[in-house]
Amino acid sequence: MDGLFDFQVITNNFTYFMVGRYPEGPLGGLGLTLYLAAVSCILSFFGGLILGLLSLSRHAAIRYPVNLFINTFRGMPLLMVIFWMYFLLPALLGKTVPESRTVIMGLTIFTSAYMSQIVIAGIKGIPKGQTEAAISTGLKPWQAMVYVVLPQGLRNMIPSFVNQFVSLIKDTSLAFIVGVSELTHVATQVNNRTMSSPTEIFIFIAVVYFLICYAFTTLSRWLEGRLAWRKAI
Amino acid sequence: MIKFNAVHKWFKSLHVLNDINLSVQQGEVVVVCGPSGSGKSTLIRTINQLEPIDKGSLIVDGMDLCDKKTDINRLRAEVGFVFQQFNLYPHLSVLNNITLAPTKIRKTPRKDAEEQAMALLERVGLANKRDSYPSQLSGGQQQRVAIARALAMKPKIMLFDEPTSALDPEMIGEVLAVMQDLARSGMTMVCVTHEMGFAREVADRVVFMDHGVILEEAEPEEFFRNPQHDRAKQFLKQLLSPMH
Ligand SMILES: Nc1ncnc2c1ncn2[C@@H]1O[C@H](COP(=O)(O)OP(=O)(O)O)[C@@H](O)[C@H]1O
Ligand SMILES: [Mg+2]
Repeated sequence: MDGLFDFQVITNNFTYFMVGRYPEGPLGGLGLTLYLAAVSCILSFFGGLILGLLSLSRHAAIRYPVNLFINTFRGMPLLMVIFWMYFLLPALLGKTVPESRTVIMGLTIFTSAYMSQIVIAGIKGIPKGQTEAAISTGLKPWQAMVYVVLPQGLRNMIPSFVNQFVSLIKDTSLAFIVGVSELTHVATQVNNRTMSSPTEIFIFIAVVYFLICYAFTTLSRWLEGRLAWRKAI
Repeated sequence: MIKFNAVHKWFKSLHVLNDINLSVQQGEVVVVCGPSGSGKSTLIRTINQLEPIDKGSLIVDGMDLCDKKTDINRLRAEVGFVFQQFNLYPHLSVLNNITLAPTKIRKTPRKDAEEQAMALLERVGLANKRDSYPSQLSGGQQQRVAIARALAMKPKIMLFDEPTSALDPEMIGEVLAVMQDLARSGMTMVCVTHEMGFAREVADRVVFMDHGVILEEAEPEEFFRNPQHDRAKQFLKQLLSPMH
């Protein structure tokens, strides 16, 4: 091979990059990255929704602790949150927790805290008249939220959600520091083993991250188009 | 049906409702008018507690709004409200705008709710728009849908806050026609409006407000022919003079 790069290291270890030792061993590589991202994504969607709604509560006794929680995690590096989960969860639960679950917890809490801000902004962006119209027909405030405000707000939130989820996908790479064998971890393993082509390996995984994020963004644009309704004047 | 007794309300230091005493009997149509900022919207919004009052008492349909035990949601279901800005739900079709509250609160089966909604749409002359979205309708059509939406809960009282002020002149008539029809059907109505033709035609009483105070309360003919208060005279003169 005379080229500038030699991607043979990729082809030789392709399955390992994609799924780790699966199916003989546990899922790893890209498969695990996608798994971590998908599960954290779904959990933090609901987490963000719940935190956002709670922090808009009329009751200060709910609002204050929730805001404290949100701001604590927003003011902390994600790496730290993952470490915390790594050491704290087993201590709290009194039993060992699989590392991947630790990472999912960390990613979920961290991303939920950010998502809650998107939810809050999205809800506040819906004109007050919508809620007033709904409650003046006799709908309870929570029904006005669920049937009138949220459906409109969520649609406006989609672009910000997508940004947050793209970050989330990339953030799964931090799982490698607690030894979860997702894509980045697998890449460092292969690199340590072969010691020959670090450039090719890290170009490859950069491209993989890019493609996933790009595909996700495209998918969500399509989804947004499908959800379009004509805006009121 | 509605009884204000020495009601006061403040926005911070602004005394927006000042010693309001007003009662509306069942089947009565009361028109509230007055200069902009005089507290008309606030007054009408207290009736279904979109704005709570600070002092005095307010009884609506036998329920005391100051009593903590009063179920405000139940009260609101009995009181329809029509807004200046329509406030239709943009993400729902005309039909679903109307059926939302009956299906969620009255637990009306979907099919019955739709039949009732269609009857209301017939009544406001928009049966052919059932599947349209609010943004596809003109202002006058949107406001008629908003009236149908409020009527879907079979309210005992209907409140209107300047329902025609956001409309192009050529659409005002169609909305007023629906309101007149409603008034003649015996609905108890409180309307904030400057449509003096409407007041003359169907109102039992006109209430004139300024700076949070009810300055005058009279039968329409009486009020228009012979306003007592200087500010009412001035207000009527401005209203009748051409704007341009
Ligand atoms: N939510 C609010 N907070 C503070 N001031 C308000 C609020 N709503 C209305 N006001 C003030 O109260 C006064 C009366 O308002 P409003 O009842 O809307 O008058 P009108 O409907 O007669 O024009 C105005 O000066 C207005 O600026
Ligand atoms: Mg007003």
